[in-house]
Amino acid sequence: MSAVHRRSLADAAATEALGAALAGGMASGVVHLVGDLGAGKTTLVRGLLRALGHEGAVRSPTYTLVEPYDAGGRRIYHVDLYRLGDPEELAFIGLDDLFAPGVLTLLEWPQRGAGVLPRPDLEVTLEYVGGARRAEVCGITPAGAAAVAKISSCET
Amino acid sequence: MNLILGIETSCDETAAALYCPRDGLLAHAVFSQVAEHAPYGGVVPELASRDHVRKLTPLVRRVAAESGVALSDLDGVGWTRGPGLPGALMVGAAFGRTLAWGLGIPSVGVHHMEAHLLAPMLEPDPPEPPFVALLVSGGHTMLVQVAAFGRYRVLGESVDDAAGEAFDKTARLLGLDYPGGPAVARLAAEGRPSAVTLPRPMTTKPGLDFSFSGLKTAVLHAVQESDGGPGSRADIAHEFQEAVVDTLVIKSRRALDRTGCRRLIVAGGVGANARLRERLTEEAAERGFTVHYPRLELCTDNAAMVAYTGYRRLAAGFRDDMDFSVRPRWQLSELAPPVV
Repeated sequence: MSAVHRRSLADAAATEALGAALAGGMASGVVHLVGDLGAGKTTLVRGLLRALGHEGAVRSPTYTLVEPYDAGGRRIYHVDLYRLGDPEELAFIGLDDLFAPGVLTLLEWPQRGAGVLPRPDLEVTLEYVGGARRAEVCGITPAGAAAVAKISSCET
Repeated sequence: MNLILGIETSCDETAAALYCPRDGLLAHAVFSQVAEHAPYGGVVPELASRDHVRKLTPLVRRVAAESGVALSDLDGVGWTRGPGLPGALMVGAAFGRTLAWGLGIPSVGVHHMEAHLLAPMLEPDPPEPPFVALLVSGGHTMLVQVAAFGRYRVLGESVDDAAGEAFDKTARLLGLDYPGGPAVARLAAEGRPSAVTLPRPMTTKPGLDFSFSGLKTAVLHAVQESDGGPGSRADIAHEFQEAVVDTLVIKSRRALDRTGCRRLIVAGGVGANARLRERLTEEAAERGFTVHYPRLELCTDNAAMVAYTGYRRLAAGFRDDMDFSVRPRWQLSELAPPVV
């Protein structure tokens, strides 16, 4: 069994559906979301939060760096490190909270925290090429690999 | 209550200010601007942007020196309690509360957005409430009805990206520098009207909420479909700016109509956009309302507004007890109004 799952994303609804599958596949842990501007990272997070019953707004964390949620009985952090000047700044935004046990952390622009961030369980890469969006979900840890298996099984 | 220190550390900026009810704003300093424009002893400009710990003490000393006062002359301290980053807020909280305790004076934790709403009161000819405030920056896009000091109603806000963030992200898509507002505005001036068409998000629905995420995606599509040359990039910048300005103008007009207010305050960094000001000025003349813009240094994050709001709250009897805390997710609607 390969710990990689690929799927094409026809529209925003498909990106949200992948987010919902992710909600079912991973209860806690760290997910890196890799992809350029407009690739659908925040749309994926919206799908995940909606699947867990969150009905309110899903605001971009670009300015606030961290948007916390309590949904489906879980604490979820949506993090965007794009505006981080230096990985050491992570200490000022409360690194310990973000990677506490039992918490699900979805992290955009992990490259900005290289060397300071812990290893993720799962890495989701979103691409937008030639008018088509596609996703690659890669399990890094055993928990991440198990999540990939679950996510592949709920492809529609 | 003659001399109040204000401290702001809610997100990126470290700032300190001194306010005196009789003489107004005595001094205010924002670390990033001080570091850029006037290096001085004790401050190292290349400190990380959210390293408030090492920046705050020199800044407080600086505003005290500029005002010719000693910290022992203080009568009160206002510090930003929230909303913001927990670790960043804690620095200002610990500093402000400890200083006040050491001096035996009262302090009060201030709501960052209330401070933005009250910033126009620091201007020589302050607009009297009631008014509607449009707060547009990199982190916020909201319309708030200000009935009186302490009485606010959020009429609408962004459900995803802030307007300033849309400018920054559009700048990136067009290959321009961060922060993107001024760069997009400059390029927009070279573009042709209506050469491309972008949506005016949520303007056809009756509400006062904003959404700018879809506009960002529309810009991405327009960039990918264009020939990528300077002319088409300028056309996209032009249409993007028109789309944002149209949206802000339509919603502001609607907020004024709905509340019956005849005064509009525009605060936040996007309030500096020349096209937005031009359109709002036309609109105000046509429809008989007035528009007020606080000076830009009071629109972006600063401690002058925190010192002033701290003064108003202290004067109304609000006090920290020893068990102070920060509130990273503090909503404006949760703010206690003063008891009249």
